[in-house]
Amino acid sequence: MLQDKDRIFTNLYGQGDWTLAGARARGDWDGTAEILARGRDAIINEMKASGLRGRGGAGFPTGVKWSFMPKKNDGRPHYLVINGDESEPGTCKDREILRHDPHKLVESALIASFAMGAHAAYIYIRGEFYNEAMHLQHAIDEAYAAGLIGPNACGSGWDFDFYIHRGAGAYICGEETALLESLEGKKGQPRMKPPFPAAMGLYGCPTTVNNVESIAVSATILRRGAAWFSGLGRPNNAGTKLMAISGHVNTPCVFEEELGVPMRELIEKHGGGVRGGWDNLLAVIPGGCSVPMLPRDVCDTVLMDYDSLRAEGSGLGTGCMIVMDKSTDIIAAIARFSKFFKHESCGQCTPCREGTGWMMRIMDRMVQGRAEIEEIDMLEQVTRQVEGHTICALGDAAAWPIQGLIRRFRPVMEERIRAYKAAHGGGRIVQVPAGLVEAAE
Amino acid sequence: MSAQPSAPEGAEPTHFEFDQDSERQIAAVLAKYPPERKASGVLPLLYVVQKQMGRQTGSAWIPRVAMDVVAERLEMAPIRVYEVATFYLMFNTKPIGRYHLQVCTTTSCWLRGSDDVTAACKAATGIKAFGETSADGLFTLTEVECLGACANAPILQVDDDYYEDLDGPRTEELIAALKRGERPTPGPTIDRLNSAPAGGRKVLVGDMAQKPQGQE
Repeated sequence: MLQDKDRIFTNLYGQGDWTLAGARARGDWDGTAEILARGRDAIINEMKASGLRGRGGAGFPTGVKWSFMPKKNDGRPHYLVINGDESEPGTCKDREILRHDPHKLVESALIASFAMGAHAAYIYIRGEFYNEAMHLQHAIDEAYAAGLIGPNACGSGWDFDFYIHRGAGAYICGEETALLESLEGKKGQPRMKPPFPAAMGLYGCPTTVNNVESIAVSATILRRGAAWFSGLGRPNNAGTKLMAISGHVNTPCVFEEELGVPMRELIEKHGGGVRGGWDNLLAVIPGGCSVPMLPRDVCDTVLMDYDSLRAEGSGLGTGCMIVMDKSTDIIAAIARFSKFFKHESCGQCTPCREGTGWMMRIMDRMVQGRAEIEEIDMLEQVTRQVEGHTICALGDAAAWPIQGLIRRFRPVMEERIRAYKAAHGGGRIVQVPAGLVEAAE
Repeated sequence: MSAQPSAPEGAEPTHFEFDQDSERQIAAVLAKYPPERKASGVLPLLYVVQKQMGRQTGSAWIPRVAMDVVAERLEMAPIRVYEVATFYLMFNTKPIGRYHLQVCTTTSCWLRGSDDVTAACKAATGIKAFGETSADGLFTLTEVECLGACANAPILQVDDDYYEDLDGPRTEELIAALKRGERPTPGPTIDRLNSAPAGGRKVLVGDMAQKPQGQE
């Protein structure tokens, strides 16, 4: 388990001063000009060597992503865009960086922008994080006033501007190309790739989109060295990660931990244990609602990192766990995700726009048991028709929780159907009463 | 997907003009984007409209005539502004109450009792269903998707502020305070420091955390 001396976000809970004076006391903005003086290639190589993988969910190596930016400027400006549209159900980690450690983000944004040849960075913050955006704006204003950013940032000779752009309540804008569309003043509908943002991103210019946490840790990694960071965690799963526990635990919270620690230890140490004891655990969704859930027997032993969770057919995602105890109606819990995805589908691709509605309506019947046993397979098939047939991953994300439910809890679904039939008479086909089916929107 | 509803007949004002406060904000917004990329300002300007309507009329919403003003200011076709205003949930395209109660009911909040928060909102305001405004015009109740503060679930967002770790009785107290014209301090409604575990921090204890870590 991680010791306090190896934590990056030392003001995670806002127990200290989050403004410039407090940040400086905690070691931020120390020797930033010297880091920049190492040059672009040295910074990117150090980030590659640290083994940092993207903290937004996909886990792509951050240093490699930075290296995709063109080395030579062809006349178009380069941009860094930071994804602060944290909206994945269960996920609440970037909020703590924005409101309690904003200077780590501003300093790291300067370094990252320099490393990719960008003189401007935009951060897209979800609209609901109004107060968090105000904290960050305050930190940006302080940094400008102190000459840390702006013309000749930190005396390095590099000009750097940092702007906040607030979203307005659309989950899909967390998808990097939808985010760019939104930043350009359009509906947040994802773009086809290629071209990738590194070739044509914001305003048609080379752009890198990174999660808030991936950027915010980079100043500390460069200051303390790649070897320090890669010495934490497990091979190919390096470093520390902000995680959260929500749901049926005694003390839900956000915390920073090493990757590769057993999930059970995390839940018991930070979450104060499952409500009613470990034996009362039903399932855990390990990294935001888009990753499939894990039943209790897997949770007994699984390690919390990218590769261990992938080996169990799930994923680390954002590292923010949703814990459910045995009192949970697991079908209703997943049906709520189906409603979420139906609400958040941008409407661009037909399989997702129509499929999320279909899945929600079938799931709503499954909650009651008002269905046929065979319809479980039909629902499975619908998820397969959506998965992989859309421009972005929202269709996949909508399909996976249902697939996870059927894979792990099919007997519960069948039992619910049998109980409904027993209560409402006979094994005949249950007709859906007119008017109960919500019109497809 | 879900598109925003349009305003009922008779609610539309005939005229909209930015006030001085708004003009100052607009100048700051437009400085952020390249001059030929003014359209990037559409989300911020719609917020400016919504805030100004809140200041002037007590109902923070965006009438069609204001969308036209935004379109003209940003040199966009009006339809491009309409489609943005109706795509994003946080833009109110019809009048709302003075206080906007936004209950998160997504799974993390639901597991910790968002049904009780919803019921308390309805009981305290007399609102029957999501999307309605109370008879006294004070409150509009909206169901929202994950607010991104799941470790402090369940959450009720009132306008821009998060009230966290709620239950039924504390939600009713909060609404009673709003009715008295008070604005309770946002954040956790139980004894807890932000997103640290209830009962005290388990890490980052002591003042060492406020010093540089591992740097010679």
